[in-house]
Amino acid sequence: MTWSVIWWQMWDIFWHLFMLSLIAIGGAITVAPDIQRYLVVDNGWLTPMQFNNAIALAQMAPGPNLMFIPLLGWQVALNSPALNQLSASAPWLVWIIAVLSAFSALLAIVLPSSLLTYQLASWAHARRTRIGIKAFKAGLTPVVIALLVAAALLIAQGIPVVNGRLPQIALTVLAAVLVWRTQLHLLWLIAGGALAGALGWV
Amino acid sequence: MPASISELFWAFTRIALQGFGGVVAIVQRELVDKRGWLTHQEFTEEWAVAQIMPGPNVVNLAMILGGRYFGWRGAIAGVLGMVVMPTFIILVLAVTLANLIDYPLTRDIMRGVSAVSAGLIGGAALRMLGHLNTHVLGLRICLVLFTTTLLAIAWLRLPLIGVLLPLAAVGWLLSYRAYQRAVTT
Repeated sequence: MTWSVIWWQMWDIFWHLFMLSLIAIGGAITVAPDIQRYLVVDNGWLTPMQFNNAIALAQMAPGPNLMFIPLLGWQVALNSPALNQLSASAPWLVWIIAVLSAFSALLAIVLPSSLLTYQLASWAHARRTRIGIKAFKAGLTPVVIALLVAAALLIAQGIPVVNGRLPQIALTVLAAVLVWRTQLHLLWLIAGGALAGALGWV
Repeated sequence: MPASISELFWAFTRIALQGFGGVVAIVQRELVDKRGWLTHQEFTEEWAVAQIMPGPNVVNLAMILGGRYFGWRGAIAGVLGMVVMPTFIILVLAVTLANLIDYPLTRDIMRGVSAVSAGLIGGAALRMLGHLNTHVLGLRICLVLFTTTLLAIAWLRLPLIGVLLPLAAVGWLLSYRAYQRAVTT
């Protein structure tokens, strides 16, 4: 019983991410709002705070920004009541399943888009001067940028309010302007955000 | 070009481990300047393709290049190089932070980092918006497409696929006509 619940959940997440992978144009972060709706709102497998922490941690950690995906798989597994029943008898098994769940989510988000891209890239490379190809790239640009902004808004809205909204908005806008206007290394911005949080400004 | 598949794997692992958001600049420095696998022009072309395809653009780039050098095995090595080490690192960080998350200070720090994270993504979008005035559709139509997408996703909270497919189709058709007009006039 317990096992079927665990595998079923992993499979459900795998399929959802598998489908999203194919439309994740502009990177995994553009499907973050949809993943949030699926994991937090529809299924209640994660709290909004856990979702936000995963995104924030992925920003702090090295690697592509899709690193929040394996982290979400990991967190969902650890949250699962079925898995927690196991933790008393076999704690090591919980860790193995959580790692498995992380790599399952990673595979689901990487595999379909990679296979598709591999085919499309070689196809488009051979036809890169044609109008149809150029128009496809051009038409998507404004849409993809909007998806990035939507992802940014979602993260900003999910931050718990402690010292009011205004300082948080100010910090977000400041970081955005610095990315936009300067070549400042992004690690400094992350460190600055951590410091502002530690000092109780936001 | 890389001498072996393992050189390819480790090159992309190196890039992934240096990347904290601004990965494009790191890929460029490592592959073009340091290793000389690509010229600047080749890099720009490959990057455009990688960015427009579904999936994370740096992962796509690793796969396209790996595939060009060593076929499908190279493509797999490129992708694995990009994601395997970072996944283990982030899980270790998550475990460490899971014990720290009960401290108020950790939550304070996470709030600050979250606010900056939103800003980093927003800032990247702003830079892209800045290039729209040279877009074939012109700035005004671009902003209409941009705003429609943003409202549908962020305000109405519509499912992504229902928003993306029709808007991408509209963008494609409009751009196609604009390019055709540019050719005929």
